[in-house]
Amino acid sequence: MSTAPTPTKEQLSDYCHNLLRPGNTNCAGCGMSMGLQWLDEALGEDRPTLVIPACCGIVTAGAFPTSAYGVPTVAATFASAPAVATGVSVVYRLNNEDRPTVCWTGDGGTYDIGVATLSAAAERNEDMIYVCYDNEIYGNTGGQRSSATPEGVVTSTTEKGKAERKKDMMAIMAGHRIPYAATLSLAHREDFLRKVRRARSLRGFKFFLILSPCPTGWKSEAEDSVDLIRLAVRSGLFPVYEVFGGVRYRVNVQPDGTPVEEYMKRQRRYTKGKTDAAVLRRFIEDQWHYLNGMVRAFPAGPND
Amino acid sequence: MARALVTGNHAAGYALSVAGEANRQARGCAAGAYPITPQTEIIEYLRSFAFTKGYIVPVESEHSAMGVCIGASLAGARAMTASSANGLAYMNENVFAAGYYRLPIIMIAVNRTLGPPWNIWVDQGDSLSLRDAAWMQFYTESHQDLVDTILVAFRVAEDHRVLLPALVALDGFVVSHTQMVVDLPEQQLVDRYLPPCHVPHQVSYEHPVTVGGLTWPRETEHHRIEVQRAMEQVPQVLSEATEEFVKVFGRRPHTALSCEYTEDAEVVLIACNTMVRTLRNVVKERRAKGEKIGLIKEKLFRPFPRAELRAALKNVKKVGVLDRNHSPGSGGIFWQEVTTSLQGHSDVLVQDYLVGLGGGDVTPAIINDIIDDLYRRKQAAEPVWKEVVA
Repeated sequence: MSTAPTPTKEQLSDYCHNLLRPGNTNCAGCGMSMGLQWLDEALGEDRPTLVIPACCGIVTAGAFPTSAYGVPTVAATFASAPAVATGVSVVYRLNNEDRPTVCWTGDGGTYDIGVATLSAAAERNEDMIYVCYDNEIYGNTGGQRSSATPEGVVTSTTEKGKAERKKDMMAIMAGHRIPYAATLSLAHREDFLRKVRRARSLRGFKFFLILSPCPTGWKSEAEDSVDLIRLAVRSGLFPVYEVFGGVRYRVNVQPDGTPVEEYMKRQRRYTKGKTDAAVLRRFIEDQWHYLNGMVRAFPAGPND
Repeated sequence: MARALVTGNHAAGYALSVAGEANRQARGCAAGAYPITPQTEIIEYLRSFAFTKGYIVPVESEHSAMGVCIGASLAGARAMTASSANGLAYMNENVFAAGYYRLPIIMIAVNRTLGPPWNIWVDQGDSLSLRDAAWMQFYTESHQDLVDTILVAFRVAEDHRVLLPALVALDGFVVSHTQMVVDLPEQQLVDRYLPPCHVPHQVSYEHPVTVGGLTWPRETEHHRIEVQRAMEQVPQVLSEATEEFVKVFGRRPHTALSCEYTEDAEVVLIACNTMVRTLRNVVKERRAKGEKIGLIKEKLFRPFPRAELRAALKNVKKVGVLDRNHSPGSGGIFWQEVTTSLQGHSDVLVQDYLVGLGGGDVTPAIINDIIDDLYRRKQAAEPVWKEVVA
């Protein structure tokens, strides 16, 4: 029997107004839950229209006739979220309605099946905020590899650990010279909120990448999710940075040399295949060699 | 009416554009547009039209073209696009989404053979492959038929008794790239004919809902039944839209099923698109010789007008179906529909003829040959291939 106190009428009304309502179907410790709540907090009364492709993010809503989303939400086919959002955004603009259109998508929809649609919407500089909650697997189908899966990770389609490196989606998006692209850390709330508000203040295409823990797929403990992201940031595995106009770089949180083993040892997706930490260390080294080079050569300006 | 000598594609582009423009007092119009032979001129026309409140998004694929239409329609705008052949196949997933989302999107399908092997000429296999996508389907025989049908299609699709998208097909090159004199209705008449588009389930901040989320089997089945009920409303709504068309434009467009010389006919041929025009000439010639022969032009394919067809074929002895399409392992797709319609109601002989696949000319000689074959026939056989004459 549940011993949770019955919410008051006022609380229930508040919950209904939430972008993400209680009773959603997300697993405990899902990074998406935090991400959606912080998106809600950052936008405040500036309510978005969500466009969500086939992914855990639409399962979140629960089954008809109820929905855990408190804002207008459209389910798009897997590869189509930025195209459907384009249609919504264009019609808002034609009708002088200043409303944020937000694509909320996973890594399968972003890195793999939806990458052409995403690239095209970015190239057209459509007015929308595109958020990828990247759990580095096809979570909804039970945890298969995607091109966002890091090297060495065991998934149901890479039993001996993935042989290839993770795709650098931020570099691809920066290559589109969109107004704003940034990574969002679920362990750095102020940075997260600031970036979303910054994106909202800009016209055109804005891209966000969230490293989003999936306890089910990562084989980690739900209560470790935020700690895992903190470790990913500190070790340098997940760099927290922003790119303005696709050509001006700024790192927001510097890694502190925390060994990446601290991150790996709390996830059976790494421990099961006895992934060599050196694989991730080399990845981190290459990643920062590139990123530091970009920051030195193309630093963000005082107005960014 | 402004009479003009234009190509079929130009006519379609014009009709889509004035229909979109007619929604300027409401939420405007929007579309995703992507080129493919032989429809490209249509999307070029849309892109060049100076909409008061409208925007055509030049997307990267047909899949996204329909994606943009879905988003625009859900945001309350009038949405339209055009495609052909492999473009329609690539778009497939979102065509189904638009149908099952009950969005009154209008799409022009300039019929072209699905590759491989690569062939840019007409057959109807491309649009017919979308027959189960919860879209109405109209097949048009001429430039004027095309323009009229597009305008009627918007009115029927946006009627709240129907709320389904509609595909309007025309023959690649034979119509799309040839010129004919057409009545292109002026904007103010189209404004009168098309009421403001209102999608009842468009995104709303007053009552935010999740469109297209999960449903259990029971709700899903209910949804499918609703789509079927909507399809069943089409004949009535189409008939009303046709009468209104006559009032506004002073011309009578073709209806779901056009019967010519069928009242006393013993033999009837059924066809769609430009094949009807050749067929009509042949039938006229043979009528002049005293033969009891007639024709039926099948314009509405979804929903299939079964009752009307049965009524039209009541006293007929033999029916020949001309199919410019092929469902491998079965036969012609119009033939399947005709035989299903007559099942249990009639013992009329129905013979299928596969003609003009891959764009071969369906000549009077071929049609005469088919009629002679039908006269000789004692019973129906498997679909007969009438090979292209070199």
